[in-house]
Amino acid sequence: MRKIAIAVSLSIFIAFLIATAFLIHPFGYPPSEMDDYIIENTQSETGANNAVTAVVFDYRGFDTLGEATILFTAVTGVVMLFRAKKKREK
Amino acid sequence: MMSKIVRTMASLLILFALIYGLYIIMHGHLTPGGGFQGGAVFASGIALLIVAFGSDNIHKTLKEHHLSILESSGALIFIGLAFGGLAIVFFYNFLVGSPIFGHIPPSGPNPGDIWTAGVIPFMNIAVGLKVLAGLSAILLVMALATTLMEVEE
Repeated sequence: MRKIAIAVSLSIFIAFLIATAFLIHPFGYPPSEMDDYIIENTQSETGANNAVTAVVFDYRGFDTLGEATILFTAVTGVVMLFRAKKKREK
Repeated sequence: MMSKIVRTMASLLILFALIYGLYIIMHGHLTPGGGFQGGAVFASGIALLIVAFGSDNIHKTLKEHHLSILESSGALIFIGLAFGGLAIVFFYNFLVGSPIFGHIPPSGPNPGDIWTAGVIPFMNIAVGLKVLAGLSAILLVMALATTLMEVEE
């Protein structure tokens, strides 16, 4: 019963993947105004030649803050876990 | 601790690995890369040291609570820079046009110079500090726990 359920759900998932692969938009269409804006104005607004870094640290700074928070939480968890283990074994 | 050949080669190569990581952090606003990538390269250099010399010998000089302090200070510098532009909007690039990192490059493809981009180099340095300290702390703590398990068996 469980194997049948897994098989059905997996086949539905793969059918969705294949359908999406055929229905996906072609590259660069529909044209977006945001990337043209960033390519035009990165150097004058942020002064950075690297547009990717300008997006990561300036236009989308909140995303980078979230990434930094995720890394901080991961490091805190790992250090806490292994430090507790070390003390108990002593 | 591995053999003498591995230790000699590691102590030669570690210079290039660490300098390359710092280069990627420092040139994040000009070339591909940035704080996260450069910090990961730096932490891979620390991983080379741990593999070659053993985690106990590395732990004599590189303590994980020092790395935690470094990581927290990186996060504080990052948020402080974000609050620095609060007069206009959070994460505003308030150093463009000022004497510090304030040059504005000509538009179009050009090599650029390092004295540009406002707060982005400082944010790269803060995030790079955070990532290199955090990943090194994870590697060091995990390697220490592994050696403890081997001793117990």
